[in-house]
Amino acid sequence: MSQLIFVYFAGMIVATSILVVALKNPVYSALSLLVMFFHVAGLFVTLHAEFLAAVQIIVYAGAILVLYLFVVMILNVKQDDRYHSQWRIAGFVCVPLLIEAIVLLSSGRGARAIDTQAMFVPSQEAIASDNTLAIGQTLFSTYLFPFEVASLVLLVAMIGAIVLAKPEIGEQDNPGPLVQTKAAE
Amino acid sequence: MTIPISYYLILSGIVFLTGIAGVLIRRNIIAILLSVELMLNATNINFVAFSDYFRDLGGQVFVFFALTVAAAEVAVGLAIIIALHRSRSTINIEEFNLLKW
Repeated sequence: MSQLIFVYFAGMIVATSILVVALKNPVYSALSLLVMFFHVAGLFVTLHAEFLAAVQIIVYAGAILVLYLFVVMILNVKQDDRYHSQWRIAGFVCVPLLIEAIVLLSSGRGARAIDTQAMFVPSQEAIASDNTLAIGQTLFSTYLFPFEVASLVLLVAMIGAIVLAKPEIGEQDNPGPLVQTKAAE
Repeated sequence: MTIPISYYLILSGIVFLTGIAGVLIRRNIIAILLSVELMLNATNINFVAFSDYFRDLGGQVFVFFALTVAAAEVAVGLAIIIALHRSRSTINIEEFNLLKW
């Protein structure tokens, strides 16, 4: 039963992630990314990470993806989105990576060796039943300093986003650089 | 019946490769940022799978930090896209060749 659930979630994750790359309209890409986030959250629930599943839905689907959709709709992109002209070079990078992955997986020296040889024996103690409480205790004891650094990262990102996205001072008076170049032509 | 850890590794490898391919072949900057999100999610799946395997909560805490960094990356990245669109009125990355040699 759990294997069936895993196969469903994994299949949907792979299918929607391929759709994110393959679809031409960025709105459709963002929406298939939304479906992928929900299935990743489901996978987290099966892995006993209920807090992270909730955070995944709230932060990714609720905040980040809405930001993407806002920008897509503000910019109002015309749909002439072909693939990049360097896709042949990209193919030369991706095909060796794919072949390496297949060789690693098929020769038994990669992922399967971890299972058979049992390099690390998983500890048998049960994971805490209250996932949120356990994460909070870990976060505020062992990882207290990275937590503070994360808040600093968020502050810097907020200031940077405001500075980058606000119009240039005095732009209302002068015509923008685009208008100037068009006038020069 | 538990799922072997290698299945999760294969899944996250496939998603990560898809993200790399998206970064390399798409021309739309927004699609490239979405592909970066794909790669971040692939690493998150890895972190949570190993966290469950070792019964260690450190992996889940690191996913939390990865979420923070992803949010910061999206905010700054989208601000850069808006600034670029304001000055060049396009988001096709082949038009942004100012730094080409």
